[in-house]
Amino acid sequence: MAAVLALTAVGLSLVFGVMRVVNVAHGEFFMLGAVAAWFVTAFTPGPPVVGFVAALVLCPLLVGGVAALADRLVLKRLNYDPEATIVATIGLLYILQQAALSLYGPDARPVPAPFEWRIQLPWFGYSGYKLFVVAAACVILLAVWLFMTRSRAGLVMRATQIDRDTARAFGINVDRVYAGVFALGAGLAAIAAVLIVPIQQAHYLMGHDPLLLSFIVVIIGGLGSVRGTLVAALLIGLSDGVISVFYTPTLAKILATLFVALVLVFRPQGLFGAKQ
Amino acid sequence: MKSLALHLAVIALLFALQFVLPPYHHTNIARVMVLAVFAMGYNIAFGYTGLLSLGHALFFGAGLYAAGLMANGGWTGLATLPAGLLAGGLVALAVGMLALRTAGVSFMIVTLMFAQAGYLTILYFGPVTGGDEGFVLPAAARNLAGFDLATETPRYTLGLALFAVALLANLALVRSPLGRVMVAMRENEERSRMLGYNPFTVKLTALVISGLYAGVAGAGYALMFGYVGASFAAIQYSILPMLWVLLGGAGTVLGPFIGALLMFYLIDLSSSVTTAHQMVVGVALLALVLFAPKGLLGTLRERGLKWLP
Repeated sequence: MAAVLALTAVGLSLVFGVMRVVNVAHGEFFMLGAVAAWFVTAFTPGPPVVGFVAALVLCPLLVGGVAALADRLVLKRLNYDPEATIVATIGLLYILQQAALSLYGPDARPVPAPFEWRIQLPWFGYSGYKLFVVAAACVILLAVWLFMTRSRAGLVMRATQIDRDTARAFGINVDRVYAGVFALGAGLAAIAAVLIVPIQQAHYLMGHDPLLLSFIVVIIGGLGSVRGTLVAALLIGLSDGVISVFYTPTLAKILATLFVALVLVFRPQGLFGAKQ
Repeated sequence: MKSLALHLAVIALLFALQFVLPPYHHTNIARVMVLAVFAMGYNIAFGYTGLLSLGHALFFGAGLYAAGLMANGGWTGLATLPAGLLAGGLVALAVGMLALRTAGVSFMIVTLMFAQAGYLTILYFGPVTGGDEGFVLPAAARNLAGFDLATETPRYTLGLALFAVALLANLALVRSPLGRVMVAMRENEERSRMLGYNPFTVKLTALVISGLYAGVAGAGYALMFGYVGASFAAIQYSILPMLWVLLGGAGTVLGPFIGALLMFYLIDLSSSVTTAHQMVVGVALLALVLFAPKGLLGTLRERGLKWLP
């Protein structure tokens, strides 16, 4: 699921790139998106498509809202000190996870796919929905790319990334940019989650694996480099499938985590990262 | 002098407490004391040297499993306790050699990743380590020089002994030249480098000492409570010592114990009201980072008790 992974990882990468904040709670935003998708689809009348579209619109907004609130109430007060924000986002992780457990329960629940058809090739069938996910993720990634490189808001974000104080001197409301970036990053994770829940079920602990994988992607791609993140996401998403053919999932995870740690030790700019 | 008296008084108080505590709290305090040793180790790296690690569960787990696996092989506490100590120190040495090439946020992520890899390794070797379910130590192995650690008094005494030695060693370390250099590293690495100290060696030494503490705490925990499981090497056990240290006061000798004690009873009391103890941990972390980054003793030290080590 390289496409969904890329969406989640780009969210993490954006937040780190612009704000220099390592968001440990990123996986929980992913989980929150999935759980919210279950609520929205469960309580929307009509065919699954309506509920799915509603979820696709509402969940990122909701999760983005939570993220913006967290930014305002917590991160801003810490003055975005890198180490303090990690501790704070760990706290956030526990709170969100517990909130999901208390309000949603420990069960994994399925969300109906918006449509059911299979592409029947002579030798095997392929779920049409999975192809739709890949297409949707590509469209969204392209939109993020255009937004960052072409729009005024993207320009402002990049300016803040390069030099926060100069940006402020030019009249940019840095606080609002930060809240926006944090919300955007969380919103991307939520979209990824909404796309994935018809395939995987919504569960309150589902944030762990995406978090670990996103970390791997972001670090290998180079911290804060969106282009590197995309390449790395495709690479890892594909190789994850390949590795798990040869090894057990646990061993694959061990190798992946060790690999990431060693990349950080010996090539901190990432395998594809630009020189700082 | 004043501080030595204070720390000896705390140890004496804990010694006296065992005669008046009801059984439930008797076990709890024994548990808190051995966890406080773990927290003290964390504090040596984080509080004094400024190394914010997210992977101390690995060192604790190394001590825990070294003791647990040897106990399965028939060894008793006289061998397993030093083995746990060494295992923690050796793993810390290996991790430190690599991780200390990075600093700040990268150091946090690298230690986190190493600890995660260690945790997964324990799961991977499930047939030997018991995986998630863990295993119970054989009764014969829970024995230290003839004392049965499954009974209350020896268990409490071992906890207290570990705690007392760790606390006094910590106090001595902080007052030693090495302790001063560690603080200098935390405050200004460049300046201490200019003064001729090698940051890498100092930090590595601090991390290894920290690992020794975590390792012996892990081994002590295994012997005292007779259970070894992968959950003790999971990320939660990297976060908890950080929380205890932050609560009690980073860079204070008694802070880790006070933090562990308060947090233990906070979760214990709140679990009678709600099952949401993760929420308690999360809120406590946020509140500490936001409103009291220096913790209890750190704030007290600022407000007049300057002699507090």
